Amino acid sequence: MKRKNWYLTVGAALTAVMAAWTILGFFWTPYDPSARSAADKYALPSLAHPFGCDYMGRDIFSRALEGAGTTLTIAAAVLVIGFVFGLLIGALCGYYGGAADAVVMRLCDAVSAFPSILLALVAIALLGRGKYNIIAALGVLFVPSFARLVRGEFLKQRDRDYVKSAKLMGVSDLRIIFVHILPNTWPVLLSGLTIGFNNAVLAEASMSYLGVGVSPTEPSLGYMLSESQAYLLKAPWFTAFPALVIILLILGVGLVGEGVRGQLGVEP
Amino acid sequence: MPKLLKRALLLLVVAAMLAASLCACTGGTRPSTGPSAPAQSGELPTQPGAPDGENSVTVGIAQDLDTLDPHKAVNAGTSEVLFNLFEGLVKASPDGGVIPAVASDWDVSPDGLTYTFTLREGVTFHNGDPVTVEDVLYSLRRCNGGENDGVPIVSSFILDSATGESLIRSIEAGEGNQVVVTLAEPRLEFPYFLTAAHIIPADSGDTIGSDPIGTGPFSFVSFTPQESLVVKKYDGYWGDPAHLDEVTFRIYTGASAVNSMVMALQAGSLDLVIHLPNTYADQVGDGAVLQSTMKLVQALYINNAVKPFDDVRVRQAMYYAIDVPEIIDMVCDGAGVPTGTSMYPAQQRYFLPELAEVYTQDLEKARQLLADAGYPDGFDMTITVPSNYAQHVDTGVVIADQLKAVGINAEVVPVEWETWVSAVYRGRDFQTTVSGISASDMTAREMLVRYASDHSKNFINFSDAEYDEVTAKAQTTLDESEQMELYKRAEQILNEQAASLWLQDLCELVVLSPELDPDSFTFYCTYVLDMSSVRFK
Repeated sequence: MKRKNWYLTVGAALTAVMAAWTILGFFWTPYDPSARSAADKYALPSLAHPFGCDYMGRDIFSRALEGAGTTLTIAAAVLVIGFVFGLLIGALCGYYGGAADAVVMRLCDAVSAFPSILLALVAIALLGRGKYNIIAALGVLFVPSFARLVRGEFLKQRDRDYVKSAKLMGVSDLRIIFVHILPNTWPVLLSGLTIGFNNAVLAEASMSYLGVGVSPTEPSLGYMLSESQAYLLKAPWFTAFPALVIILLILGVGLVGEGVRGQLGVEP
Repeated sequence: MPKLLKRALLLLVVAAMLAASLCACTGGTRPSTGPSAPAQSGELPTQPGAPDGENSVTVGIAQDLDTLDPHKAVNAGTSEVLFNLFEGLVKASPDGGVIPAVASDWDVSPDGLTYTFTLREGVTFHNGDPVTVEDVLYSLRRCNGGENDGVPIVSSFILDSATGESLIRSIEAGEGNQVVVTLAEPRLEFPYFLTAAHIIPADSGDTIGSDPIGTGPFSFVSFTPQESLVVKKYDGYWGDPAHLDEVTFRIYTGASAVNSMVMALQAGSLDLVIHLPNTYADQVGDGAVLQSTMKLVQALYINNAVKPFDDVRVRQAMYYAIDVPEIIDMVCDGAGVPTGTSMYPAQQRYFLPELAEVYTQDLEKARQLLADAGYPDGFDMTITVPSNYAQHVDTGVVIADQLKAVGINAEVVPVEWETWVSAVYRGRDFQTTVSGISASDMTAREMLVRYASDHSKNFINFSDAEYDEVTAKAQTTLDESEQMELYKRAEQILNEQAASLWLQDLCELVVLSPELDPDSFTFYCTYVLDMSSVRFK
């Protein structure tokens, strides 16, 4: 008997809405996100400004639209870097094993032993600021967790009968890795990806919140939160709406991950 | 009902934080420093700080003390607090002048080179010992570099910033209880310099940092770094005694320092907070809120030595392109005071308010000047901002947006405060930067002489022959009114040459608990927090 997978349905719907909303922000915002207006300082949420206005009279709805775009772009880029390199390293280490595996994995352990935000801060201090440096720094920091995940799956699969028979038939190692084993690891990788995505969104928000993220002229959700903290009691909507957007973004993707695990019968 | 809506939204924020921190936890690999971070400011001292005696207050300060040695204090926030423990031969008065303290009066020789100070009768240190000529000689010599290879440790005593040569030729005992100081060059402002030369007991240089003994209205009780400094009323004080029996300065540091202080004010565990950004005005509970200025000049400081800013027309064009009233409106709710030059309004004797009217926004003129300078289509530039000062960052953002109108494409680059000090201020490796520059004493000299071309603090590399001449003359003249005119001329040159885009003196707040008498708080036009006048209603 198959129960309806509510996680997947709700998560997918929420993610679709948030994605559509974010993509809209690339093309259209009701106001110029950096247009200031002395008359609208601290304006309450209203029909004209659904999310209210901030301390410079800028429309928070427009800024949240553009900010979500910035945040999502960075998160996606970080995820791609972390995932591609993590997959390569994890697959090779898991499949071949041996001394190289041990060394690489200890390196990954060493990187993961530091709080990743701290390492990212060090990287930004060395590389300098900017969108691309953040992507590079966070991307590299996301490699070890994916590498470990992929390696674990490959370790599980490499001694299975189908791999052994493929080897006997003389299939090349690369083909075994990417054509035979990889598809069998998708369920785990997919849920890993959703968790990774959420971490990437939060990491970008944290970096911007700490003031080492994107340029202040470019709205991002984390930077909006950082700006808003001085006005928490005066204009709570300034904090509430960017935070709400972050929550809905990661909640949607988190539910999708949960749903995928349930659907494919993966142990969480 | 806006109030209800406000509450509902606040509730939503709290719920959001909770949810965000929970979500972050399921992620597993990363510590959550994200949206839940403001919740850390909940780590407040829960019990009121001061042992609740009848007549004691707790003051919040947003900076740790770098030392208790009054001669070696670098941070303005430290000198401000130590004002209550130490005095010089003279000390600052609220109106921007100096008043006699450990010295009862002084004479100046006609050539302006010899100062003879007469010590006040009956001044005692906190340990009960009377202040002697020996103590004063020791203190002045120490300030003049007696324990520092002859390089003065009070910066205004330095004559030549390159070699560290001292302004002071000799410090000797005179007749009876007199001390005679001889200068290498005349300095009308010398008494002002002495406000930083605090009198400490003879030969206490090694112990003064841990056992600060001075002659001020309060004496030292205890100091815990990162936590608090406690002082109590000194009964043997020579002047008007303090009204309070005990004062605890509670130290708040880190990114959430201001938020923590505001919450502590609301909770009643702090009685007095100074230097609060005025955006917090309606969040501080029911105490008295006094408005003040920060006594600094916030400006878009321009590196005059790099292209295209070495052309005065480019700097003037930028000044015409920006809208200072809008900046003031955006970054401090309209409460800042426009300056127009390197002088802050609290310096009433020198401040020229009309200079703030010179460059009103005029985009046509700005474009014309840019075209004349050879940049009809504008150019790309960077604005470096210290990321820990939200108001400077915001100012940079607004300026960058305003400059777009004349085709100048400015990128705002935030840097850590330490990087700002080493790379921008000391290294002079920048194009433009938004920051605030303040004076360490009340002289016009501090704000103006620093921009003479070869001065070590001239981080904007300003270079103008007339300016050098005017400031050099202003320093050595013996005619007070001539000095005033020369300093004012220097202010005008900085404005005419648009040496930087002078913006404003930012607004700040002093908040007192409802039990304290708001009229008893004394404002000074320099960094002084005088607790001796503060009293309960």
